[in-house]
Amino acid sequence: MELDAALLSRLQFAFTISFHIIFPSITIGLATLIAIWEGLWLKTANPVYLQLAKFWIKPFAITFGMGVVSGIVLSYEFGTNFSEFSRITGAVLGPLMAYEVLTAFFLEAGFLGIMLFGWQRVGPKLHFLSTVVVAVGTWISAFWIIAANSWMQTPAGHRIVDGIFQVDSWWQVIFNPSMPYRFSHMLLAAFITATFVVLATSAWQLRHSEHKAMARKGLSMTLWLALLLTPLQAFVGDLHGLNVKQHQPVKLAAMEGIWPEREAGVPLLLFAVPDKVAEKNHFELAIPKLASLILTHDADGELAGLKSVPAADRPNVPVVFFSFRVMVGIGVLMILVALFGAYLRWRGTLYHSRWFLTFCSYLAPSGIIAVLAGWYVVEVGRQPWIVYGLLRTVDVVTPLPAERVLFSLTLFVLTYSLLFGVYLYFMRKLIRKGPPPLEQLHQQLIGVKASGYAVALAKQLTPAQEQK
Amino acid sequence: MELQLGLPLFYFLLLGFAILMYVLLDGFDLGMGILYPWFNTDAEHDHLMRSISHVWDGNETWLVFGGVILFGAFPLAYASIASLLYLPIMLMLIGLIFRGVAFEYRFKSHTSKVWWNRAFAAGSSLAAFCQGLMLGVIVQGVDGSSLTQSSLQWLTPFSLFTALAVMAGYALLACTYLTMKSRGAIQQKAARYGQRLLIFVMLAMLLVSLWTLYQQPDIRSRWFGGVYSLALMVLPLLAVLAARLLFRDLARVQRQFGAEQAINNRHESRPFWLSASLFLLAFAGLVVGLYPYLLPQQLSFYAAAAPDSSLGFMLPGVMIFLPLILAYTLWGYHIFRGKIEDYEEGY
Ligand code: HDD
Ligand code: HEM
Ligand code: HEM
Repeated sequence: MELDAALLSRLQFAFTISFHIIFPSITIGLATLIAIWEGLWLKTANPVYLQLAKFWIKPFAITFGMGVVSGIVLSYEFGTNFSEFSRITGAVLGPLMAYEVLTAFFLEAGFLGIMLFGWQRVGPKLHFLSTVVVAVGTWISAFWIIAANSWMQTPAGHRIVDGIFQVDSWWQVIFNPSMPYRFSHMLLAAFITATFVVLATSAWQLRHSEHKAMARKGLSMTLWLALLLTPLQAFVGDLHGLNVKQHQPVKLAAMEGIWPEREAGVPLLLFAVPDKVAEKNHFELAIPKLASLILTHDADGELAGLKSVPAADRPNVPVVFFSFRVMVGIGVLMILVALFGAYLRWRGTLYHSRWFLTFCSYLAPSGIIAVLAGWYVVEVGRQPWIVYGLLRTVDVVTPLPAERVLFSLTLFVLTYSLLFGVYLYFMRKLIRKGPPPLEQLHQQLIGVKASGYAVALAKQLTPAQEQK
Repeated sequence: MELQLGLPLFYFLLLGFAILMYVLLDGFDLGMGILYPWFNTDAEHDHLMRSISHVWDGNETWLVFGGVILFGAFPLAYASIASLLYLPIMLMLIGLIFRGVAFEYRFKSHTSKVWWNRAFAAGSSLAAFCQGLMLGVIVQGVDGSSLTQSSLQWLTPFSLFTALAVMAGYALLACTYLTMKSRGAIQQKAARYGQRLLIFVMLAMLLVSLWTLYQQPDIRSRWFGGVYSLALMVLPLLAVLAARLLFRDLARVQRQFGAEQAINNRHESRPFWLSASLFLLAFAGLVVGLYPYLLPQQLSFYAAAAPDSSLGFMLPGVMIFLPLILAYTLWGYHIFRGKIEDYEEGY
């Protein structure tokens, strides 16, 4: 087979961005959780909160580091691999990303140093403030990049002059039709991802480590959070689906596996194997009329199907179809876990139910898998368009020699595989090591206003008296 | 009309500012990795890492900023430069990845520490090397059709030389940063290496300038033909002056070794500012030669500029947030002021 530079560039982009999103999905939620714990510690002086914050800040730091280095790659990849795309849409997407750097990246980076290394340099309030700023920075960053991506899904507010996009209304560009849904769904997804990482770890710690107080607190908090967030996510996801139906009917047809040009009383497919060649599904397992009911609020409502557009304008149906089921499946599972946790809590056996705790500890990667699946629905479902309905992906790839892209793709695959292994190894190591003991925490933090060696030394010499 | 030229010019200057900030800040930070192999003990390596572990992320953000300003304000230039320089950019990114994660993992490792040391040193050096290559290619001028031609056309003796020069320059910045942030034996070493590097950097600057003047008549006439040529001579003169002062300061730091510390603290931080000003002057010289091109003789900044609707939209953001960014970045440096100490600090 002839190597195709366009295909390789797309593979490289898909690979590098899939790698990147793993880390923001964790850091956005974890930064927020750490800020909450620090705030609670300041408020209640309960050391367990401080222990939680100090324990999770290490996994947070390595995750953040991975997010930063993989993100920098992306911001250059638009130009290196999609030069035509950059030229044509730069006037729209560039400024959004410039705002992301100005309002978010610098903020995160500037205060991260203090959040990680400033424990002995600034007072506890200022430290808390830094943590909050880092957390808010991650939300702002998500806001801008989601605005950019949503504009590519549902473009609005632009004009095309000489083949180049220009902006008429920035308001419409930023708050384009799918942006509010995608932004809330993604932020919730990030919170849920971090929640389940902490939930799983706490469940594991309850059974295997001696830091029971911290583990209980962590488990209890995250189960409450899950109970709140997961149903909310399903609700937002439902609204999101209605939005897709309105703006990207072909994508919706791929998500639901609808082939006929128009179909009334569409069943909800729990399982099927879509066949692109025969243009139908095999092995359908369906609930009659439910899809119509959900999407049109009428059991006999009509939906457009894939055959309403030529085959060249359809996305890769199986990928979209299965990814969608993976995401929703995990979403439903999470809701069940949250409900069951609440039931056990009510029964008073939450902390002793060994099989439930064991089950929970396997859920650590569930959020990440759902996030990736969700993005595959969105991005693969958008194809063959890069800007939906206006610009085709194959037309805007840099005409590079294929072997050059193959070379960089190989480098990324090798580098990222290695780093991912290393990341998992260190995560495991940090989690096994557990939090610093409470006494040591006290010592580290007495007289936190101190700056410099002398004071730190003095603290080491006279640990007991200086507590305030 | 005035606005039309004014806005692109503003972003051209902003781009220059972003690149300069990046080169100065990530310069000392990458330079630390380049110097790394010349320090041997674990304690020294700890010290080097610790001196920058709280700032590297912020420093690298200037690279992202430069990239997106190019993307948003000069999409045409972003598209062509990034794809022309495909391989050096990719290699630079790989280098930055390895050195970036080394910060996090090195402090948490035992058996694998030696590998993180290597990742940090090699990654930093590779990134700096690639940046130098790109500088060389830009100064030398690129052939627009090279996109589909041999992938090695950016590898010329000239670009190889600028790559080495940039590495040496970054290492010099790192030496002077260390002179400011450390004391004792490490400071001595830094000052000593700094002197040697300074000599090399000055010679390299001279060579690159002469070569460019010789090869590129346009740039030559700009320096020697124009009405400003007399004023322009200030740049090299100032550079020589700064280099002289820097050399002397570094010597003084070495002489005071053993004597009571902090006789004159000024000499410990001034080298950093002097080497930074050397970079500033070199950069100014570069801009004189290149203006108004983003891609020499091919693409000027006004031809590449995005429509006013985009440039205007970013303006308030830049005006409001850039001063804020500078303020809290400075504050961050202020919090971590003073020498690096050997006790464990952090999270
Ligand atoms: C919903 C969230 C989200 C999404 C979809 C993306 N990112 Fe991201 N990115 C973040 C959320 C984030 C973050 C939470 O802000 C990170 C993760 C960890 C971090 O350090 O900041 C980050 C880091 C990060 C950095 C490093 C920032 C620094 O130097 O501190 C860059 C350059 C990018 N990203 C660029 C991109 C690009 C070009 C994307 C898409 C094509 C992208 N990100 C998708
Ligand atoms: C972070 C979560 C994201 C994931 C996991 C993701 C995943 C993907 C995947 C799998 C593709 C390939 C689709 C295909 O070619 O069939 C793709 C394409 C693309 N995505 Fe995303 N994406 C994400 C976010 C974004 C964002 C935020 C942007 C831009 C602001 C973006 C811009 C693009 C572009 C330009 C392409 C076209 C290149 C291509 O078709 O391969 N993506 N993405
Ligand atoms: C349980 C019910 C859920 C429903 C009905 C649902 C629905 C949807 C829909 C319709 C889309 C948009 C497709 C598009 O715009 O093309 C989407 C995207 C996405 N979903 Fe879900 N989802 C659910 C649960 C989850 C969960 C639990 C997570 C992660 C923890 C998640 C993460 C995502 C992500 C990251 C995206 C892509 C970004 C975005 O469009 O917001 N979803 N989901």
